[in-house]
Amino acid sequence: MSEEVLFQLKGVSKNFVKGKETISIFESLNMEIDCGDFVAIMGPSGSGKTTLLNMLGGVDQPSGGEVWFDSERIDSLSEGALTQWRARNIGFIFQFYNLMPMLNAQRNVELPLLLTNLSKSQRRHNVETALALVGLSDRAKHMPSEMSGGQQQRVAIARAIVSDPKLILCDEPTGDLDRATADEILEMLQLLNRDHGKTIVMVTHDPAAAKYANRTLHLDKGQFVQREIVA
Amino acid sequence: MSDFYLIYKNMTRKPLRLFLTCFAIFIAFLIFGAVTSLKSALNSSVELSADNRLVVFNRINFTQTLPIAYVQKVAAVDGVKNVTHLNWFGGYYQEPSRQVVSMAVDPESYLKVYEEIVVPEDQKQAWFNNRQGALVGEKLAEIYAWKIGDRIPLSSNIFTHNDGGYTWELVVSGIFKGDTEQYDTRQLLLHYKYFMETQTFGNDWIGWMALTTDDPAINETVAKTIDDNFANSQSETDTSTEKAFNKAFIEQIGNIGLIIFSVVFTAFFTILVVVGNTMALTIRERTGEIAVLKTLGFSSTRIFRMVLSESLLIAFVGGLSGLAAAWLLVEGVKTFLARFLPNLILGGDIALQAILFMLLLGLITGLMPAFQALRLNIVTAFNRQQ
Ligand SMILES: Nc1ncnc2c1ncn2[C@@H]1O[C@H](COP(=O)(O)OP(=O)(O)OP(=O)(O)O)[C@@H](O)[C@H]1O
Ligand SMILES: [Mg+2]
Repeated sequence: MSEEVLFQLKGVSKNFVKGKETISIFESLNMEIDCGDFVAIMGPSGSGKTTLLNMLGGVDQPSGGEVWFDSERIDSLSEGALTQWRARNIGFIFQFYNLMPMLNAQRNVELPLLLTNLSKSQRRHNVETALALVGLSDRAKHMPSEMSGGQQQRVAIARAIVSDPKLILCDEPTGDLDRATADEILEMLQLLNRDHGKTIVMVTHDPAAAKYANRTLHLDKGQFVQREIVA
Repeated sequence: MSDFYLIYKNMTRKPLRLFLTCFAIFIAFLIFGAVTSLKSALNSSVELSADNRLVVFNRINFTQTLPIAYVQKVAAVDGVKNVTHLNWFGGYYQEPSRQVVSMAVDPESYLKVYEEIVVPEDQKQAWFNNRQGALVGEKLAEIYAWKIGDRIPLSSNIFTHNDGGYTWELVVSGIFKGDTEQYDTRQLLLHYKYFMETQTFGNDWIGWMALTTDDPAINETVAKTIDDNFANSQSETDTSTEKAFNKAFIEQIGNIGLIIFSVVFTAFFTILVVVGNTMALTIRERTGEIAVLKTLGFSSTRIFRMVLSESLLIAFVGGLSGLAAAWLLVEGVKTFLARFLPNLILGGDIALQAILFMLLLGLITGLMPAFQALRLNIVTAFNRQQ
């Protein structure tokens, strides 16, 4: 496992302006994520977990401070540049899978490849590989509405890895699933981390889920509280 | 998979809604195409009539007949250059649906009055010399693939042949062109004498007369002199310039036209609002999906293009099929209306205008939702979703 730092937050603050009120979520947040790490982020509702993940994923920008990714500063990128950066480097997995309802599994997985200039056969190959990895090769032609929640989430995982990003961000990936299915998904994430070297940051409410990670960060009142448990 | 596939899948995910939207646009462009063609035909038939040509009809109305003796009397009026007479034949070829605009005329005087007709000298002579000869317009000959020398049976939906049938045997003696592109050559001319001797509806009557004057400036005077001559006779006449006759005829339709026009444009506007609203609704329903696409790294402008393409596609699918239906409709009725509206045609200019309207419809209905999608903020979109 490489010890190279992939992500670095330096004195990051985040405010939301609501009318006259300014709500401060983070004051001065520092954080480092190494290449190949699997980090779980826990914390009470409203503590800013999703907000943090959004900033890591370049979906939201901090109000102050610096965000470094692979020795590139991303908090100052324009929206367009950030979008391209996301397409290249980040895979997203959501709580509610968020597949396109009108596309079958295979096409859903292919979606991020529209943003690359891979050839048709390369695309097909990548899609097949990703679907095989999540064990859904036989469901390639199924529509999301024809699949269980766990299967849909596996399609979403395939979609997140198909363009081979360095970092995978998951916001409560098992929040909508039963225990057994959740474990399946978490094992899959662990596999991706361990055998495929993917760096993963996962927000979760579930301590059992957090156990799959290498370490857990606890977020409370805009700060990491020192309760790091190394798995 | 391409962006087009995504657009297509988005478009067709609610087939009933798509169908209804396209159908509304279809109807709008069907009406637009048909009504605009009608209007332009009305206008052009006024423009194409010669300035110094007068038409003389029975005062009662234009379907009543006149005695043939009137022709000589009109010819004697001061200022009349040439005069000819016409009988509406009401022809069709083989089947009643294949209408042929056909008139029985006096060949020599007809060609003097209708100078727009261009026909080679030898064919002209051949027509003059053959009682059963017919002079056929180029376009009409093309439609039925008639050649010079062909024997063609022409039936009438008005008259009976004295052999008891409805069909006249004719020979194509010549094929004429117009001196301008617009001149309608979908017509057939046959000999008045042959017609008179073989039909069973009395003798020595004519449908109407057409004449040219020495100068357009004396049209009024000539018309008045002619009508005064026949005042208090058994068949009074009504003489007007061909232009005025066409215009009067058109104004009757014109009033209806205005009503249709306002209905059409109200409908058009309503459809625009409905389609626009549907589009906006469709995109709002997809807020979450658009946020996902953006998260995955689809640029805002790319999503903007996809939304706009979708509404343009819908506008063109509905619009072009509506326009095609309008064209079929116009083609279908034009032979029936050819006597009054020889230029009824859905031409390139109307099609172009319609296509511009489709573009406009697609842009107007697509721009707002496309901008919504462009400006959609991922964070707030996900907050709203959950
Ligand atoms: N776009 C926004 N505008 C204003 N306030 C916001 C916005 N997004 C988040 N917040 C506020 O920021 C705080 C943190 O929100 P966030 O969604 O990051 O919490 P969370 O830790 O993910 O909570 P949960 O566990 O419920 O998902 C909340 O108080 C929320 O109301
Ligand atoms: Mg959250």
